[in-house]
Amino acid sequence: MYRYDEFDHQFVRERTDQFRNQTERRLSGALTEDEFRPLRLMNGLYLQLHAYMLRVAIPYGTLSGRQMRQLAYIADTWDKGYGHFTTRQNIQYNWVKLEDAPDILDALAAVEMHAIQTSGNCIRNVTTDHWAGAAADEIADPRPVGELLRQWSSLHPEFSFLPRKFKIAVTGAPHDRAAVKVHDIGLRLHKNDAGEIGWEVIVGGGLGRTPMVGVTVRDFLPQHELIGYLEAIMRVYNLYGRRDNKYKARIKILVHEIGADKFKSEVEAEYARRPHPTTEVEERELARIAAYFAPPDFEKLPRWSASFEEAKLANPAFARWARNNLGPHHVDGYAIVNISLKPEGGIPGDATGDQMRVMADLAERFGSDELRVSHAQNIVLPHVKKDDLLTVYQALEKADLAAANYGLAGDIIACPGLDYCALATARSIPVAQSISRKFADSKKQDEIGKLKINISGCINACGHHHVGHIGILGLDKKGEEFYQITLGGSSAENASIGTILGPGFAGHEVADAIETILDTYLKHREAGEEFLATYRRLGPKPFKEALYATA
Amino acid sequence: MTTPEKGQLVTANRLRDGIAVFLTRGGDWSEVIDEAVLALEPQAAAALEARARDDEKKTIVTGAYLVDAERLEGRVRAAHIRERMRALGPTVRLDLGKQAEGKGAGFAAPEGE
Amino acid sequence: MPLLKNNVLVADTWINAEADGDFPASGDVIVPFARLLKDWGELSARPGKLGLRLSNTDRPEALGTFLPKLSVIVLPFPAFNDGRAYSIARSLREMGYRGELRATGNVLPDQLQFMLQVGFDAFEIGERFPLETWQKASRQMSLAYQRGLFRRGSEAEIWTERHTDAEPWLEQPHAG
Ligand code: HEM
Ligand code: SF4
Repeated sequence: MYRYDEFDHQFVRERTDQFRNQTERRLSGALTEDEFRPLRLMNGLYLQLHAYMLRVAIPYGTLSGRQMRQLAYIADTWDKGYGHFTTRQNIQYNWVKLEDAPDILDALAAVEMHAIQTSGNCIRNVTTDHWAGAAADEIADPRPVGELLRQWSSLHPEFSFLPRKFKIAVTGAPHDRAAVKVHDIGLRLHKNDAGEIGWEVIVGGGLGRTPMVGVTVRDFLPQHELIGYLEAIMRVYNLYGRRDNKYKARIKILVHEIGADKFKSEVEAEYARRPHPTTEVEERELARIAAYFAPPDFEKLPRWSASFEEAKLANPAFARWARNNLGPHHVDGYAIVNISLKPEGGIPGDATGDQMRVMADLAERFGSDELRVSHAQNIVLPHVKKDDLLTVYQALEKADLAAANYGLAGDIIACPGLDYCALATARSIPVAQSISRKFADSKKQDEIGKLKINISGCINACGHHHVGHIGILGLDKKGEEFYQITLGGSSAENASIGTILGPGFAGHEVADAIETILDTYLKHREAGEEFLATYRRLGPKPFKEALYATA
Repeated sequence: MTTPEKGQLVTANRLRDGIAVFLTRGGDWSEVIDEAVLALEPQAAAALEARARDDEKKTIVTGAYLVDAERLEGRVRAAHIRERMRALGPTVRLDLGKQAEGKGAGFAAPEGE
Repeated sequence: MPLLKNNVLVADTWINAEADGDFPASGDVIVPFARLLKDWGELSARPGKLGLRLSNTDRPEALGTFLPKLSVIVLPFPAFNDGRAYSIARSLREMGYRGELRATGNVLPDQLQFMLQVGFDAFEIGERFPLETWQKASRQMSLAYQRGLFRRGSEAEIWTERHTDAEPWLEQPHAG
């Protein structure tokens, strides 16, 4: 894992001091709210429904046990004992006081973390594949590039006042777990016939009010050109992105309005025009960073673990958890453990301070001291020996962290919605809870199989509803909450935006509607066919008929 | 039963901790919505808002605005669910927020789960 | 309005020429881009130095041949969060422009250092904040990650410092 050197430490410390000073000026009245708002937002501090909310970056989703413990400490000391892990690999605290915020940032800095650029019209926390460095299908670990981009984008003087927020996602595997096609810039690694690696650069994806899948502007950008090329993209966007209407200000609108070809030629012209400094420094920096991400010392183990196989036979609940929540590791004898933060009827993505400590502890004892936050609001222990899985499972079970629903109907993504969010039009958490209860029966969930249900509490789409196999969007109709259902979205390598099925539903009707949709799927599916495939084969018709058939 | 009085109150967030507060008759800010002063006419509402703007300048509160509300037997309820949420706390964590601190007033909690 | 330059206030001796009308007989003038194109002959024959006021929609690359003749370029910040001028400024510096780059409009202390880093060196700062606030603001951060900024010697460029055999960065003179 990356460790700060003296430069990184000093950089974050100075930034934290700067924010302490700004906060004092605000509290004393030397700064007006209009002057202060952008400054606090640049440090991740929002004003929400109940109090201030602090969003902390977890760069490329990677944490050490010590960092996770500190997140728990912050939750217990300055918040109400819990935090909310988000789809952007961040954690949000919902009850923060302005006067405490500088102390919290100090506590974060002590463990090499910060909240810089988790808000504002700047380059946000760079996200990656949560299985990075562990996945069996990976070409190379994308996190060194993630760290390079974190540094490059931190307080970038040219790109801190863009037309709108800017999100970059990076994946090093062909199977896209980082949703790179629905980000402002998505980077996807490829290997050519000569065995060299290069980045596919995808621009102009995004969700929100105008969901779009991004377009590829370079198929195979050599790694050392990455920073220079990204600067060219950013400059074109900064100069020509729309600033007259914030709903049309994302880069996707620019790409769409001037056309992908024109956009690409603007970027190439800018790239050619700029003086090309030697990229030697970037290459050496990347090599320096990459050394931190050297894989842990894996033991040489047989592929089959007898104790693991026996434990599964003896303990059916463990067997089910193992079937659903483990991912294939690239080293024999190891597995990726996906800890679901979606207990039945729970709040998706929430974890208490105690739970965070349990996970930190397990990472330290059994997982090479590494944790990941996934964009599906779950936590990952990327390197666990199969021999240790039962012990890990039992500890998780005690902490109410052993929900065996990873990737299933109960593994719902939900944004905070109207229960916390000042922009919401409807609640999302209670809807997630009612669906989760409806499918509490594990047999039913297993039968339905892989499914992504995503819920947002307003059109901003923080809950990724457009790319859920089943998406649910909460809206406000004359003061009443109601919910629109979309089908057929995906954020994977075959990304697609879901289609609205028909008229919306009241909150209490949603879970039944989802059940009808899934029963229809079970009726029509071919052997081994996942929900998304069935939907793509049949289209919306049978689902519509089942849902809106007059009783 | 009498019918509720309809009007507007001023709400804001307290600057130093961000907690949602309501302007009272005495010109203070209370966390309890029942203590809010209700303006029954637009003119009175404008006067309340002006007072809130002063307190923004004095860095007591921030982001003040008017919301529709009604009062019945000394209890105040905001018209929109969003505002009831602010007056009570999250519907999914009844153990948190004003509803859990004995400050959750208003009549009838938001109908939730 | 006085200008902030090198952390002190200096008088602004330039005369702003409008879109139309005569140029003053002597003195240094700043003209809008359209005027530069239209009256280039007259302007280049005139005594006094020449400055240019750009808008956020003028394309920096169109300035190429004029650049060596200009002593001041003024870039606007219509709002503090309209960041186009940052890119225009950095482009101009990358194109080799070495004259004064002046920020006008919504210029705030908390953005001062970013402006310095992309190549601005003069600021119309108004009266909202005391000079001392500006001076402090100009050196809030002693480090920057990005390479190719225009204020070497003040902020250390982390990536460069890490990978060159120069003096240890801590011993370099810094503005702070
Ligand atoms: C509670 C405070 C939050 C606020 C005020 C907020 C605000 C917004 C806004 C305004 C947008 C739309 C941007 C646009 O289309 O230009 C957006 C998009 C998004 N937000 Fe949030 N959000 C919040 C919480 C979250 C949370 C909790 C998550 C993660 C669960 C999240 C992740 C995202 C994602 C993934 C998108 C859509 C991707 C895109 O930018 O196109 N946000 N948010
Ligand atoms: S989707 Fe809307 S309700 Fe949900 S967190 Fe984003 S802004 Fe808030």
